[in-house]
Amino acid sequence: MILETRTTVRFYLNGDLVELDALEPDRTLLDFLRLDRVLRGTKEGCAEGDCGACTVIVGRMDGGVVRYLPANACIMLVSMLDGAHVVTVEHLKGADGGLHPVQQAMVDYHGSQCGFCTPGFVMSLYGLWLANPSPSVPEIEKALQGNLCRCTGYAPIVRAAQAVSNYGSVLEDVLNRERDAIIANLTALRDGRRVVVEGTRGKTIIPANVDDLAAVLEGLPEATLVAGATDVGLWVTKFMREIAPVVIVGHLMGEVSVEDGRIVFGAGVSYARVFETIATHIPQMVELFDRIGGVQVRAMGTIGGNIANGSPIGDTPPPLIALGAEVTLRKGDRRRVVRLEEFFIAYGKQDREKGEFVESVSVPLPGADELFGVHKVTKRREEDITATLGAFRIKVADGVVAGAVIAFGGMAATPKRARAVEAALIGKPWTLETVEAALDKFEEDFQPLTDWRASADYRMLAAKNLLKRVYFETIEGPSHIVRHEVA
Amino acid sequence: MTALDNKPAIRGGVHVPQKHDSGHKHVSGTAEYIDDMVEPAGTLHAYLGLSTSAHGEIVSLDLEPVRRAPGVLGVLTADDVPGHNDISQPGKHDEPIFAETRVEFFGQPLFAVVATTREAARRAAKLAQVSYTELPFALDVGAARAAGGALVTPGMKLERGDVTAGMAAARNRVKGSMEMGGQDHFYLEGHIALAIPGEDDEVTVHSSTQHPSEVQHMVGHALGVPSNAVNVVVRRMGGGFGGKETQSNLFAAVAAIAAKKFGRAVKIRPDRDDDMIATGKRHDFVVDYEVGYDDEGRIEAVDAVFAARCGFSADLSGPVTDRALFHADNAYYYPNVRLKSEPLKTNTVSNTAFRGFGGPQGMVGCERWIEDIAYALGKDPLDIRKANFYGDTDRNLTPYHQTVTDNIIGRVVDELEASSDYRRRREDIIAFNRTSRVLKRGIALTPVKFGISFTMTAFNQAGALVHVYRDGSIHLNHGGTEMGQGLYVKVAQVLADCFQIDLDKVKITATTTGKVPNTSATAASSGSDLNGMAAANAAEQIKDRLVRFAMNKFSVPEDAVSFEPNCVMVGNQRHDWADFIDQAYLARVQLSAAGFYKTPDIHWDRAAGKGQPFYYFAYGAACSEVVVDSLTGEYMVERVDVLHDVGKSLNPAIDIGQIEGGFIQGMGWLTTEELWWDDKGQLRTHAPSTYKIPVVSDVPKIFDVKLAEWSANTAPTIRRSKAVGEPPFMLALSVLEALSMAAASVADYKIAPRMDAPATPERVLMTIERLRREAAGR
Repeated sequence: MILETRTTVRFYLNGDLVELDALEPDRTLLDFLRLDRVLRGTKEGCAEGDCGACTVIVGRMDGGVVRYLPANACIMLVSMLDGAHVVTVEHLKGADGGLHPVQQAMVDYHGSQCGFCTPGFVMSLYGLWLANPSPSVPEIEKALQGNLCRCTGYAPIVRAAQAVSNYGSVLEDVLNRERDAIIANLTALRDGRRVVVEGTRGKTIIPANVDDLAAVLEGLPEATLVAGATDVGLWVTKFMREIAPVVIVGHLMGEVSVEDGRIVFGAGVSYARVFETIATHIPQMVELFDRIGGVQVRAMGTIGGNIANGSPIGDTPPPLIALGAEVTLRKGDRRRVVRLEEFFIAYGKQDREKGEFVESVSVPLPGADELFGVHKVTKRREEDITATLGAFRIKVADGVVAGAVIAFGGMAATPKRARAVEAALIGKPWTLETVEAALDKFEEDFQPLTDWRASADYRMLAAKNLLKRVYFETIEGPSHIVRHEVA
Repeated sequence: MTALDNKPAIRGGVHVPQKHDSGHKHVSGTAEYIDDMVEPAGTLHAYLGLSTSAHGEIVSLDLEPVRRAPGVLGVLTADDVPGHNDISQPGKHDEPIFAETRVEFFGQPLFAVVATTREAARRAAKLAQVSYTELPFALDVGAARAAGGALVTPGMKLERGDVTAGMAAARNRVKGSMEMGGQDHFYLEGHIALAIPGEDDEVTVHSSTQHPSEVQHMVGHALGVPSNAVNVVVRRMGGGFGGKETQSNLFAAVAAIAAKKFGRAVKIRPDRDDDMIATGKRHDFVVDYEVGYDDEGRIEAVDAVFAARCGFSADLSGPVTDRALFHADNAYYYPNVRLKSEPLKTNTVSNTAFRGFGGPQGMVGCERWIEDIAYALGKDPLDIRKANFYGDTDRNLTPYHQTVTDNIIGRVVDELEASSDYRRRREDIIAFNRTSRVLKRGIALTPVKFGISFTMTAFNQAGALVHVYRDGSIHLNHGGTEMGQGLYVKVAQVLADCFQIDLDKVKITATTTGKVPNTSATAASSGSDLNGMAAANAAEQIKDRLVRFAMNKFSVPEDAVSFEPNCVMVGNQRHDWADFIDQAYLARVQLSAAGFYKTPDIHWDRAAGKGQPFYYFAYGAACSEVVVDSLTGEYMVERVDVLHDVGKSLNPAIDIGQIEGGFIQGMGWLTTEELWWDDKGQLRTHAPSTYKIPVVSDVPKIFDVKLAEWSANTAPTIRRSKAVGEPPFMLALSVLEALSMAAASVADYKIAPRMDAPATPERVLMTIERLRREAAGR
């Protein structure tokens, strides 16, 4: 297959077309904005996607419309923005050219103190306002999960967020007023070409489509695949690792379908994009999804990436293993299907050959007669990395455990089944006695580590208690802390 | 002070909510932080190379690979320091800029590399080849004591009454030990300095610092030049919280040395992880205590030792541990008391100032023994508190022999107890806990009394420089720095009030050592107290001249001249402000003044442990309710009610912001913010991915903050206001105690929960497990 190649990365930045014919493979959007363009409203707080001071809004074409979502510029590679519209705080203006309604509300409600996190908050609130001009407090909290403020204690920011629409109509907003032109501009950027752009430290390739990706990887099996960059971004900003050649995949494999009792989604699907499907079909996973990173990370990060990087503390593998998910791996034109639990071989080692990539994930929906529970335990309730995470799929028939698939993250070097625990439950009556008798089996399944997130003892105890929770909840309803009842 | 209660017609006077002066710039991204400034042509970038040993002799330091890296212009080590390789606190000589022969913590700066870009410098810094002879190291209080208990600075003792006799006579005694962790400041803008070399020995340093005069002094010391060669400029910081009181010195000194060496502007900004590894934090403490008390819970004797992990050098550990002792009474009277501090040397980064400055640790220790007494007697801890509050005319002598004369804690607590419906809610919670298997609730109402003034008496001084220009506009400068706390707008409001002109006529300008010299750190909550008074003093000098001018020009007596909103009245003739100023100019009246203020009536004899270290006290109370998941230890703060005393507020909007923000920051310290070192002495929680400050959903679901509006400072402070920066931080003690109560429910409140801090979900769950075991007699 011969594809035409483009040698520039192109995107819109606020009102201007940016066209780059030379680009370092690890150039982050934040450095591009601050150093190359001297747009210094966007701040660096942590350079790892955890504080939100660098929040920008990124618009992408999605089925004929442009969808704007917040993103962390600090860990986003410039090449990921090909075909997108990047909006920074410098682009915000009110209808009269003064402060934007979001900005004026923040000023009037004393939402800034030192002001350093403020542009990031403004951009997150702006993204929220575009999508939802009259947000509730739970919606505001969700939109601000990925923004840290050390001064205000957040209360005035929430008050400002509730008041934004008193300051202007979202219809008057610059991105809505100019929406048709933006769509035309972004559409014109989609030329269906492979992009290859060179930098002094190597090249970046943006494949035109999945087949092209397969072809690129056959020629560059050592390439770094970048989907959402929520992990690779830190290789750049924290470890200064050489990542070239880079192959961008986040714009590919974006399909989600529900068929034959399964959700099948492409590896490039972000958490944000799959959320509604998950919420409809596996509502037990909604709370987990709301606790993965912040809004920015969920708009960037992909489930394919979460699986492919093989972390023992990735949040999606345990529930997907418990549900019996399978991944489709592809190399060239050859595809093979692997059960997800078998994909994780050892720490840092997955069942993936060089040049092979995760193409899609197929997740059987839990049966109507099955209990399915997912519980994540963290030091801070939101925007934190798992200490331990348990997923439980249990079938009880006539008071007896007919089936149990239990998987944990944070308890071993890989996401892992609790087979001894499962065995201790199956065939027994679903009672507290059975559950308590199975607890010792956790020690056969897991020997967790002590680190800064949790001690081994705590991980073990909490893991056991999660099984108890699953039991208690079957007899007395929800027993965990819920900040806001889901409407 | 006759204008005190006038309702000013000016816009933006005192006692009214006023927006932050930079708010419109914050939200639009145009507020300039140092990294946002347009760099002078040819600006270079420095980056630090840090040690990877907690304690070791440096055997070899091969920097050739660093020098050869792309973009590198050179490397700085101790040998390149033209003056003194020293940023210690005066007289200590214990903290080099660059380690010379020995490193004393993992992350200590060894060298700096200077390159054309920050990225090049950062990449090059990683290429150094360093080998060490490893030495034994002590990371925490226990290890430091085991290794002989070396101190970084002498401890202090406060003693009053006869502790031995008081303890012996008490009907009940309790002994215990509590550990509490440190805290990273997590200012959103990390450390940064930009040094621009000038003629001869001159250098200008833009530094993100709370203490420009100390940066000036340290840069001069490092360069071997007098202070008059160094100008330090601070427009604003992106947060400070104490973390930029002394810790900015390193970065400013390195930037200045490099700038002079290469003759070009040099910027240095560490990555967040290096910032957290290489700069000091709040001190962790271990408190060992014995308390004697009667059957009502009234304390008869307290004997306690406050030991702190200070890190490898003294820094501010002396005054921090002193302040812990000054607040180990919180709001309570101790008839007999002995408090000792133990500022221990450890092989960790040198700990430093952090909002409250040891005071929070003193109070946490104190509230632990209050809690112990309550559980031992089976009483509501609030009743123990009330039984021990300082009196008004007796029982009002502190352990440091200062008499409490402005006590309002009883009224504050009584009002909050009623408004929060504390008693009924506590009963409801106890009933809830009886029947709820998994979720457990807790509630606590805790007081705060916090002493205001630097305990180093000399620091309680401030200067301001006020110019009135011919068009009536005003240029304000003072020694305080703006880190988000709203100091600039408050002082500008004071000036507007003094001159009776609209706030927008006052131009706030960057803090600069060249305008106001010898300033104190903007710290100890003192910013508006000191600088507000200094600015007012400058204004009064100018006003005096204006009055004399009017008396001469219009031949009127002094009392015929008055400053009214945006005008000056001379008799019954109204002069527009700008016209009046122009007339004064033409009459050659000096329209500029340097103001000065020093806090009266304070003195402190540390050796004797006696004196009047504080000018006044700020008070407050908070009532917090939490829910705990007893299967995982996870929790949520359901509701917090606060009543806090800021005297007569200069700016209620700013003050409420300080209280809300301080509370959440204090809550973070006591809950999810955990510092964790590995067995090599490396701090592993050095970024927001691993170090968890509160996020928006950690804010109490109901968060009601009110000012004690009836309060006015009994001391003649600026417009009778009180300091607000630090005191609200300690309101969060109520969250720790509420979590403890929820845990204690599993043992029917019969065992003191003794939960250490931070109360991470892990610590909460482990406390619950321990209490269950103890209740079952296992």
